[in-house]
Amino acid sequence: MELTRRNAILMGAGALLVAGLPIRASAAADEAIAAFTGGAEVGTGDITLTAPEIAENGNTVPIEVSSETATEILVLATGNPTPGVANFKFGKLAASRAASTRIRLAGTQDVVAIAKLEDGSFVQASSAVKVTIGGCGG
Amino acid sequence: MISRRDFLQTSMAATAIYGASSFGQWGKLAAQQAITQDQLLQFDTFGNVSLIHITDIHAQLKPIYFREPSVNIGVGDNKGQVPHVTGADFRKMYGIDDGSYAHYAMSSGDFSALAKGYGRVGGLDRVATVINQIRSERPDALLLDGGDTWHGSYTCYHTQGQDMVDVMNALKPDAMTFHWEFTLGSDRVNELVEGLPFAALGQNIFDAEWDEPAELFPPYKFFETGGVKVAVIGQAFPYMPIANPGWMFPEYAFGIRDENMQEMVDQVRAEGAECVVVLSHNGFDVDKKMAGIVTGIDVILSGHTHDALPEPVLVGDTIIVASGSNGKFVSRVDLDIQNGRMMGFRHKLIPILSDVIEPDKEVAAVIDNVRAPFVDQLSEVIGQTDSLLYRRGNFNGTWDDLICDALLSEREADIALSPGVRWGPSLIPGDDITREDIWNVTSMTYGKAYRTEMTGEFLHVVLEDVADNLFNPDPYYQQGGDMVRTGGLGYRIDITQPQGSRITEMTLLSTGEKIDPAKTYQVAGWASVNEGTEGPQIWDVVEDHIRKQGTVTVSPNDSVTVVGA
Repeated sequence: MELTRRNAILMGAGALLVAGLPIRASAAADEAIAAFTGGAEVGTGDITLTAPEIAENGNTVPIEVSSETATEILVLATGNPTPGVANFKFGKLAASRAASTRIRLAGTQDVVAIAKLEDGSFVQASSAVKVTIGGCGG
Repeated sequence: MISRRDFLQTSMAATAIYGASSFGQWGKLAAQQAITQDQLLQFDTFGNVSLIHITDIHAQLKPIYFREPSVNIGVGDNKGQVPHVTGADFRKMYGIDDGSYAHYAMSSGDFSALAKGYGRVGGLDRVATVINQIRSERPDALLLDGGDTWHGSYTCYHTQGQDMVDVMNALKPDAMTFHWEFTLGSDRVNELVEGLPFAALGQNIFDAEWDEPAELFPPYKFFETGGVKVAVIGQAFPYMPIANPGWMFPEYAFGIRDENMQEMVDQVRAEGAECVVVLSHNGFDVDKKMAGIVTGIDVILSGHTHDALPEPVLVGDTIIVASGSNGKFVSRVDLDIQNGRMMGFRHKLIPILSDVIEPDKEVAAVIDNVRAPFVDQLSEVIGQTDSLLYRRGNFNGTWDDLICDALLSEREADIALSPGVRWGPSLIPGDDITREDIWNVTSMTYGKAYRTEMTGEFLHVVLEDVADNLFNPDPYYQQGGDMVRTGGLGYRIDITQPQGSRITEMTLLSTGEKIDPAKTYQVAGWASVNEGTEGPQIWDVVEDHIRKQGTVTVSPNDSVTVVGA
């Protein structure tokens, strides 16, 4: 594609519009959590979620989840139109219960990881990831 | 028995007393025109390790004026904490006499008058003299460059950073980390880094495709100094592809990555490090937060936010040292390391008063050499200024007001936007404005002055976004710049509000009308991070404007109302 000035401006504007106000968790995210936990209480504990504070590119945000004792980890982008990202299952023989992937975020929002542990309990970790216009760095 | 904590605090108190008494004394001496290089550099060598820190030089090879900010608002836990204390409050906090050289160097207030008295600051030939003096007292002192070195001047732009590499190599640093260097483009950065005779460090510089540590930038390096095994870990600016154009270095990813920092600290400790130093371009508040999360760091040499502090800040067992910008300061930090523990320190922030410190002849020759091909272009006088021209401050500076005026008139726009960067020296009333001066406040590899249409609603989104990069109460979400400067547009900002609610009462200054969210405005700006931006270079726009003015006068700017500071 030949990049004209008009295109460049439009592209710029498009990229800018992605940013803006933090997106609140949708009802769909709450439903997905309820379906995963069966309504059980979700605590904190053996679950680590690593995500950038500010996304370098909202279209491909690297995240990682890990846990010593999880049998299953559900990852949700709570502000996306479709919050479901992944559901990782780990067997008893799994050498490490960790997974990393890249996700697309519609805007600034919380990414949530919920682990079902071997004892049947649920724990959660959450990370606010900002999707920003950028520019103006010191 | 004195515990380690007592030791640290004792040394801290000693530093404070030392600082306080000395400032007063030097102030009086300076007033009598008797300030000497020996007094500026006086330091009783302490312990067994010496660190020399310089950062954010922004390619300022020659002495300049640099006014420190009068508005530097802290938010969240950092409200009212250094470095968010300015002017008379800052001087009171550190016992600095009004009118003293320390007042002139480290704080705002009476800048033009003091600048006339004390003269210019910086100059890497003077910095070389200071480094040589420290090395004469401690031959294996480590010289650590915090980055933002290969950016910010006419010669740096035209040599793609080669001028700075040549001069810095003459100073013989031991390690460096990075920020604006990457805006030279990854091919050029790679080329320069491959040729460096010292370590290029960054534990948070990753390969974007594989999300693995980038091979060219090792996370740390070990040094043997004073019989002590010192590990220096690099921390590059975390938000490079966001705050600067990521398309110029698409192979690299960054981020704070404090979990990886902890891993690196644990690793070097396991490999026998007795002292762990982080050479950081995080910005001061980010470093403070990181020091509270990552354990095992003795010293953070902090850069990026351009703060100059006469004492280190202590977080847990970690000291954080802030060494200013633009070649204006060098920090010397002496450490006493015993059995793998820091038992005490002595610190001094040395202002490089260019009329007091003798230039080093060898480095002066290297500087002259790199500047020689450009002397005629650099020295051409474009106009004069009747006003103090400066940039630093959260909301506006007179340089930016002038740049916004240039954008409004030369680009025939309703509204101008100018990036809230923290680099750029000052000029005092009566000064000529040379081409070099204009480039010192505008030079960059993405400086094209765009002109575009924006709706009122979109302008609001832009201001809110930038404000959150500065005033988010969590430092990890701050990018370390100041607020975007506006021309032709006034607004009210309540910094205590969340993103989306800070900016109100946006007003088009030419008519006094409120900005209409649905209406379209002509906006001119520069330093867009978007690829393919078109327009004349900002330095040409500013030069044309100043030429037409002849003598520049910038009237006081009260277009931004700040609430909640």
